[in-house]
Amino acid sequence: MDWTTFIQLTVNGLTLGSVYALIALGYSMVYGILKLLNFAHGEVFMVGAFIGWGVLNLLGGAVDPRVPVWLLITLMTAAAMLGAGLLGVVIERFAYRPLRNAPRIAPLISALGVSFFLQNSVLILYGANFKTYDTFTLVDPFSGIQLGGVNVWIIRIVVFVSAIAMMLGLFALVRYSRLGKAMRATSFDREAASMMGIDVDKVIVKTFFIGSALAGAAGVLVGLVFGQINHFMGFNYGLKGFTAAVIGGIGSIPGAMFGGLFIGLAEAYSAGYISSVFQDLIVFSLLVVVLLVRPSGLFGRATIQKV
Amino acid sequence: MADGDPVDLPAPPDAQNRPRIGVDEWVGQVEDRREHGPRVRLVNAWNELHLAAKLAIFVGPAAFLPFVVSSDYWMQVAVITALYAVLAVGLNVAVGFAGLLDLGYVAFFGFGAYAYTWLASEHFDLHWDATYAIPTVVVASAALGFIVGLPSRRLVGDYLAIVTLFFLFIFNTLLLNADRINIPFKEGSINFTRGPNGISTVDPMSFFGLELRTLDHYFWLSLVTFAVVVGALYLLNESRTGRAWRALREDPLAAELMSMPVNRLKLLAFSIGAAAAGLTGSIFAAQNGSVFPVDFDLTLLISLYAFVILGGAGSILGVAIGAVTINVALELLRTPENASFVFYFLLLVAIVAILRRRAAAVLAGIVVLGFLLRLAAEGVKPSWTTGEDRGLTWVDRLVEDWVLLPTDIARIDDVAYIGLIAAVLALLQLRGFVRLAALVPVLYLAVFVWQNVLVIQPSVARYIMLGAMLVALMAARPQGLFGTPRVEIV
Repeated sequence: MDWTTFIQLTVNGLTLGSVYALIALGYSMVYGILKLLNFAHGEVFMVGAFIGWGVLNLLGGAVDPRVPVWLLITLMTAAAMLGAGLLGVVIERFAYRPLRNAPRIAPLISALGVSFFLQNSVLILYGANFKTYDTFTLVDPFSGIQLGGVNVWIIRIVVFVSAIAMMLGLFALVRYSRLGKAMRATSFDREAASMMGIDVDKVIVKTFFIGSALAGAAGVLVGLVFGQINHFMGFNYGLKGFTAAVIGGIGSIPGAMFGGLFIGLAEAYSAGYISSVFQDLIVFSLLVVVLLVRPSGLFGRATIQKV
Repeated sequence: MADGDPVDLPAPPDAQNRPRIGVDEWVGQVEDRREHGPRVRLVNAWNELHLAAKLAIFVGPAAFLPFVVSSDYWMQVAVITALYAVLAVGLNVAVGFAGLLDLGYVAFFGFGAYAYTWLASEHFDLHWDATYAIPTVVVASAALGFIVGLPSRRLVGDYLAIVTLFFLFIFNTLLLNADRINIPFKEGSINFTRGPNGISTVDPMSFFGLELRTLDHYFWLSLVTFAVVVGALYLLNESRTGRAWRALREDPLAAELMSMPVNRLKLLAFSIGAAAAGLTGSIFAAQNGSVFPVDFDLTLLISLYAFVILGGAGSILGVAIGAVTINVALELLRTPENASFVFYFLLLVAIVAILRRRAAAVLAGIVVLGFLLRLAAEGVKPSWTTGEDRGLTWVDRLVEDWVLLPTDIARIDDVAYIGLIAAVLALLQLRGFVRLAALVPVLYLAVFVWQNVLVIQPSVARYIMLGAMLVALMAARPQGLFGTPRVEIV
């Protein structure tokens, strides 16, 4: 077994996986609270990537940035999180809230509509060309740490660490804060929570904001690592993030983190050892197998249907 | 009551309005039945018509289309529309009748197209007569539907939607990449799909040696297919199986407790829908003479759902009407020559339908506002009026006198576009007179954005409109235009 390749693939998988995990968290949180598949989440991620790109261009572009690089990246991420978070809130307010009590299929169709709308809006405004973050110019591709003969690029480390930090922050928020308590209560039983004096609408809005902000951050991170973004990236990443959420057990936050890393690693290894053409196929087949064996995901609790 | 009469019973409901098993829309329709306006009478008269009469009304006039339409392009659109209508009706089996969210449906359509291609093209040098090829494809598609439906035995609701969506995704990956498949015990690799290049040597269909040569022939074939599929599904829906599907849709658990074979019903719905899709796919392939992976992607899936949802899931002819309306509108919007016309027509219809008598005032307000802004711009910043009008039709000539056309639109197009979205959303929050007053500038902004940004790329703009329509329709009328409102019985 070739040790360098293995380390390289593991690094790739962990970077990609941490991004998937961030996207998966948004799916999972929303599903946990509303029992709603937010298919527009991938597009929120894509919009986040475009906001980051816009900020980069505003501040002089990769070739001649007007601020230090660390500040630039922080600003890009912050702007993307804010923008994507607000977009998530708007989507919730106008596309999902009117359908709170509609049949299950209605919000799903609405989500498909929103996703179509966002994708084509970005297409018409920015064209079909790939937009480049040009990170190689921004950050020296040979900077980083040596790990078993492989150079791990500093950006990959930044992406992985910040993704993990955001996940831990979210975990702490849900676990220890008042809002987190309210979120857990709402997800457990929305009606009972509202009777206990929890403003359910507010909790839902905040959940959408946090989940979408994480997706926006993931968008910038993807732009930084892979350098290129386009208007249809949201579908593929959204689907992967979604797969991660489902494998981990949708509705479960540690499950989404685990699922993301699992999918990322599975994708990297299958690209490296089996076939890069069929990596998506392998990932989705994995999902189908997991779902058939454990319909509620690896970390999900099986629900008993009460009548 | 003195002479021992039982309670004063209401008259027995007539056959039309009798509550039927598995149709709790009956409860939802109660308001309709109380009304006695012309609309209700029309609906009732329609409902009482025989199936053959309904089909004749729907299909009959369409059959003369080839004699009226001379352009090949529009005949092509007519064929595709008829095929999409069949496809939508087939999707309706799983989604509308049985309540199974099948997001992989387009894959069956693609499978049908590719399967027909394998049997009748230069690709494998097989040239089957359509008389044998079509039944083979239909059976194979139904079998595929059965296999894809298998997870529905364990997975319900959203999870089923996910797995079927992934199936579509896997199918697309295979279409794009199955051009070098190695088969054990055989030298070399087999090229199944020719990847993104597609296969473009598909034979035209021939039945018993009778070859279909022109677009008109394919149009008639599509119409016949439509009539057969709709007739069969209508009868199926009225049968024991149809009632069982509806029971399954309303409450799978209760249906199971009523001793209905839930799993078999689900698989049947999947297979029948897939068979219809496979049939459509083979006609699609033969008519185009070629198959490409891009014909079977998510865009078509979303369009199909738009057809089903607009028409009203569960209502067969509603779905067909939805397919015809949306597909023709999308097709009209594709070309810059017609796009503006369709856009303003839809805008006008929407304004008149919502505002009724106040519409004229609002429209006048927009034009007046336009002229005022134009005057102001000519005084302050003339470059705002000297831009080029990209519209091509006489409709564009009508608006170009009072819409601002900035020269350097590229600098503000995203601001204008996002501003329009924000303005529309804000408008939804307003009520009463303020809303009516705010409508004027918002509509003006819409015209401005259309004329400056969207009209250049109508083929993208139409999908934006489709997406927005789906969201708006879900919020306003989740049961679709022709669907029956449903009442949740707790």
